[in-house]
Amino acid sequence: MKAYDLTELAVRNLRESGLRNSLTTVGISVGVASLVAMLSLGIGLQQLASRRLQKSGLFDTVVVMSRRDLRSFNREPQNSGPAPADSPMLDETARQRIERLPNVREAYPDIRFITELRYEDKPHLTMLAGLPFSAKNNDAFDGMQGKFFSSETAPEIILQKAFAEELLGKRPQPGADEVKVTELAKPLLGQELVMRYTERVENPGGPKRVPRAGESRLTASNQVNDLPQASYSVFLREQKLKIVGVSDLDPDSMRGAARARVFLPLKLAENLRVMQPTNLRDTSRGLGASPTYATVSVRVTSPKYVQSVEDAVRKMGFNTFSITDATRNLRQFFAVLDLFLGIFGSLALAVASIGIVNTLVMAILERRREIGIMKALGASDTDVKKLFFAEAGAMGVMGGALGVALGWVIGRVINLGTNLYLRRQNFPPEQIWAVPWWLVAGAIGFAILVSLVSGMYPAGRAARLDPVQALRYE
Amino acid sequence: MSSGSQSGQNGPIAVSTKQVCRHYRMGETLIRAVDGVSLELRPGEFVALLGSSGSGKSSLLNLIAGLDRPTSGSVIVRGGDLAALSREALAKYRLRTVGMVFQSFNLIPSMTLMENVELPMRFAEVERDQREGLARKALDRVGLSTRLRHRPAELSGGEQQRAALARALINRPQLLLADEPTGNLDSHTGTEIMELIREFNQALGMTVVMVTHERALAERYVKRMIFLADGKLVGG
Ligand SMILES: Nc1ncnc2c1ncn2[C@@H]1O[C@H](COP(=O)(O)OP(=O)(O)OP(=O)(O)O)[C@@H](O)[C@H]1O
Ligand SMILES: [Mg+2]
Repeated sequence: MKAYDLTELAVRNLRESGLRNSLTTVGISVGVASLVAMLSLGIGLQQLASRRLQKSGLFDTVVVMSRRDLRSFNREPQNSGPAPADSPMLDETARQRIERLPNVREAYPDIRFITELRYEDKPHLTMLAGLPFSAKNNDAFDGMQGKFFSSETAPEIILQKAFAEELLGKRPQPGADEVKVTELAKPLLGQELVMRYTERVENPGGPKRVPRAGESRLTASNQVNDLPQASYSVFLREQKLKIVGVSDLDPDSMRGAARARVFLPLKLAENLRVMQPTNLRDTSRGLGASPTYATVSVRVTSPKYVQSVEDAVRKMGFNTFSITDATRNLRQFFAVLDLFLGIFGSLALAVASIGIVNTLVMAILERRREIGIMKALGASDTDVKKLFFAEAGAMGVMGGALGVALGWVIGRVINLGTNLYLRRQNFPPEQIWAVPWWLVAGAIGFAILVSLVSGMYPAGRAARLDPVQALRYE
Repeated sequence: MSSGSQSGQNGPIAVSTKQVCRHYRMGETLIRAVDGVSLELRPGEFVALLGSSGSGKSSLLNLIAGLDRPTSGSVIVRGGDLAALSREALAKYRLRTVGMVFQSFNLIPSMTLMENVELPMRFAEVERDQREGLARKALDRVGLSTRLRHRPAELSGGEQQRAALARALINRPQLLLADEPTGNLDSHTGTEIMELIREFNQALGMTVVMVTHERALAERYVKRMIFLADGKLVGG
């Protein structure tokens, strides 16, 4: 029999006992719906988690260090590259070369220094760090009070919550409720404080630079022994900075003692030429006058490029460090989760498939005579089998399509409910649910497959029916 | 397979059975529904199969129709033994070579007359656009051109049997097997059906085997009568 004849006959047969077949179809669609709802939730959560990870910047960042750096000395020997003493310097030219590597979004130096900030004439000592402008999209600023820096060089700072507490003299009391960022931000936003820092100024050609009037001056110079000329002066300076934001979360990927509590625009920090701890080291090792960076952070376009970028940077003669692609583990975890969700979702579909078997077996009993007539008219076993398969398949198609729609609605409702809850708890809304096209196609396909498998036994039974007996049956 | 109006005039024998048996085992007892029947039918012949109830007429007809397989013996159609055919090939034989009508009409109740007549053409994979015309013509020939869209339940018994005849002949079989086609009809309507069958037999040259109880009716239309008793041939 031709395919369109099969379809036509199958559909008309399904319509003949419409109620029973509709109920069976609804059964399938409930099964598919639960499968779709479960999986779309799993996929949605996975997408949410990897979005979060991506935004955290932890997994798309490669930290580059010079092999000359002391921190590199005691690490496992990296025999592939040059010895530490011959390895290149991590300076501006190196940074630019790294930035030009494929799949690199940006490479920025890590500028961080301890200095004194004066607020209402009280000094506060803290670690400051330069923040690249691209950090604007960082997750940590989602819940920030105030705004991000207005420009790349604006004399503005963002405070970490702990430092804001310190400025206001609010020591967190054990047992007391945590102070809300909103409360901390109110008196601080728009306020100015004064940063004291030491500027490093190159001495052109060697002669000591005349200090500007009124500046206290410290000069570090190694001219004395007629070594290669590298001399610079260090000036004590002050810079007014405006507080534009107070952040609850920590945007700094650095942990431990080097962790910063105050952030200023990276370009501004560079322009101020704040004296860095590395400067002194370089000087003592008799390097050129151009400043080197302790570390350069390289942001790659996607976590999957971390390895290749790391390899390329190593080939340039630097040491690298990255947190191994955690998204891979995450994917593994979610594959298992999706599997479980899928199995639970499929249970309903399995129950529905029993419904299909039942409906079709009933149909055989009811249509015994009809099958006998068809065989007497010349229908082959295959024709009869195909017809029952087509009926099962048609129920699968309709149940699948209906189920996907139903699952979509269920997913939406769950998402809506979750967001309502999140909003009550003062969290930003999240998309925890996603129905990609392959899930739609896959669910319908799976419904058809399950239906066909369920149709196997009834179809075989119908095909084997003895026409003489069937026609005798009155 | 040739389906054809060329009723096989070339072969002297259309159908023959050789010592064909169909036994049913019912627990301890063996029912010999057909018990060693040998007969020969010539192409274009119109034969009546008579006998009392339970004599095995339907059983024999089903064997010739390829709906059932003999316990022993053979059914030979145009030189080929049906026993040699696979289930699929036997279905094809029923589709192309045999047309059947029954006492209880056996139209599919959920289908209109058109759809009923079209059904064998679906199995024969006749193109969709040809089917409608052919079905219409077949129903027209049995005088049902105004009832195309009716379902069987909306028709009289005679009309239903005429539709069944149209359906049986739609694939132009060489062999028409009718199991008491007038059994459920009054004598007037029964005569109408017999006229139709005779017309097809003569016009299309097809071989007809008709089971009947009514000897008088058979004598009016049929040249040869075969008598069965207890599954065996008995002299007429
Ligand atoms: N499936 C079966 N199982 C057991 N016995 C059967 C079966 N089919 C037919 N028989 C028996 O075979 C015998 C012949 O039956 P068949 O239907 O061929 O008779 P018939 O001549 O057509 O009778 P009727 O004129 O009543 O239609 C009967 O005795 C019947 O009981
Ligand atoms: Mg009978």
